[in-house]
Amino acid sequence: MSKVLSTLRYSAEHEWVDGSTPTKVGITQVAADALGDVVYVDLPEAGSTVTAGETCGEVESTKSVSDLYAPVTGTVVELNQEAIDNPALLNEDPYGTGWLFTVEVSEEGPLLSAADYASANGGDVE
Amino acid sequence: MSTETTTMPKQTPLHGEHAILGANFTDFGGWDMPLKYGSELAEHQAVREAAGLFDLSHMGEVRVEGPDAATFLNTALAGNLAVMKVGKAKYSVICNAEGGIIDDLITYRRAEDRFLVVPNAGNAPVVAAALAERAAGFDVTVTDVSADTALVAVQGPTAESILLGLVSAEDAGTVTGMKYYAADEVTVAGIDVLLARTGYTGEDGFELYIPNADAVALWKALLEAGSGRGLIPAGLASRDSLRLEAGMPLYGNELTLETTPFDAGLGPIVSFKKEEDFVGRSALEAKKAEGPARKLVGLKGLGRRAGRSHYAVLKDGNVVGEVTSGQPSPTLGYPIALAYVDVALTEVGTALDVDLRGKPQPFEVVDLPFYSRNK
Repeated sequence: MSKVLSTLRYSAEHEWVDGSTPTKVGITQVAADALGDVVYVDLPEAGSTVTAGETCGEVESTKSVSDLYAPVTGTVVELNQEAIDNPALLNEDPYGTGWLFTVEVSEEGPLLSAADYASANGGDVE
Repeated sequence: MSTETTTMPKQTPLHGEHAILGANFTDFGGWDMPLKYGSELAEHQAVREAAGLFDLSHMGEVRVEGPDAATFLNTALAGNLAVMKVGKAKYSVICNAEGGIIDDLITYRRAEDRFLVVPNAGNAPVVAAALAERAAGFDVTVTDVSADTALVAVQGPTAESILLGLVSAEDAGTVTGMKYYAADEVTVAGIDVLLARTGYTGEDGFELYIPNADAVALWKALLEAGSGRGLIPAGLASRDSLRLEAGMPLYGNELTLETTPFDAGLGPIVSFKKEEDFVGRSALEAKKAEGPARKLVGLKGLGRRAGRSHYAVLKDGNVVGEVTSGQPSPTLGYPIALAYVDVALTEVGTALDVDLRGKPQPFEVVDLPFYSRNK
């Protein structure tokens, strides 16, 4: 079963936020496992505004393309260049080195606790 | 992520083995099949560099037997099966009266009067029914044995050595001497199999036909014998990326009832030399004379992003074709795609764009296959 970290909060669209300032954003292991091997990530530009619940990029795996949704509203601060260069990090370490970008949050979207996200999506809270 | 189905997908005799191995399953052709066991890229790479073990029991098997078997198949299929020697296999298509492709299939000649026809999983009932219908007036029996037959494939450069570890000294000669697109009966790990040197990966490899009851024992024996030679179980995700690199068409993507063999570049397997008036012959003769409007080509992506099935192919902003299969090539490291493109734009080197969700990206026409192994 896919891991869901108890220290993070989650959007229904399978992104996580760590709640720091600015907040770090990534995709969950549930999403990474479902996508298969990720080969390309398209992220919003640093300095651009993202809106909670709206698409802000794409994650492409060998088999499919999925939209990336912003879990919060705010300004993008930094992109994880390492993940852009090596998208396999999203599969290998989705909650760690596979993070995607940071956001200076002006407003949070609806976010779920680890327990709620896990029970809705079949993950194991750790 | 959900697929709508009205009936429960079928399970192969190896379903339990896949579950034990931790497979992710997907519905394919009405069957609940392993998509991947771990990483599909690792499975792809294993087949290119060592070996992969596939469950292909979803494929159909139809026996055609009787004194008229050869002439019957020459009227039912577009190829010339009657000239095939016993022990050989042939790739062919079965067409409707309009020349549209009902399915692509492999036919094995097991004896002068005995053939085994192997259609795709989703098409097996349609092909079996079409063969039965076309058999009227021939002294021939058509038997759909799909439900009783399992099929596993060992594909990759170490496939032969893996098999050699499981056969007698006598059968070893049969295995090493077997040519591509040939088949023979051998005993593998104590199990009688129809062994064929065929595949859908672009690598050397074998396909093993067995009764359902022997599937689990054979699967386990192959996994064990292959473990020291880099073999891992491989799912349909890697099967699809492997066949795409090898430039092989997939029914439902490149081949449909709306495409003719000439559109798909399969003209050479249509036999107008044979005497028999096969189903679709007159329509196909006319299609050949007029030439296809669009042809299947290989496209190489010049950027990092892949074209996908149904994406539009553009030239100067105008739609000139459609992608039928596409993804990043694990072996080559760039995006590849098969696409139907207006004939005028099919020359190798032609610059085209693929509309990637509103953003045109540059591709160019390249020779097929994208990948071929060093023989």
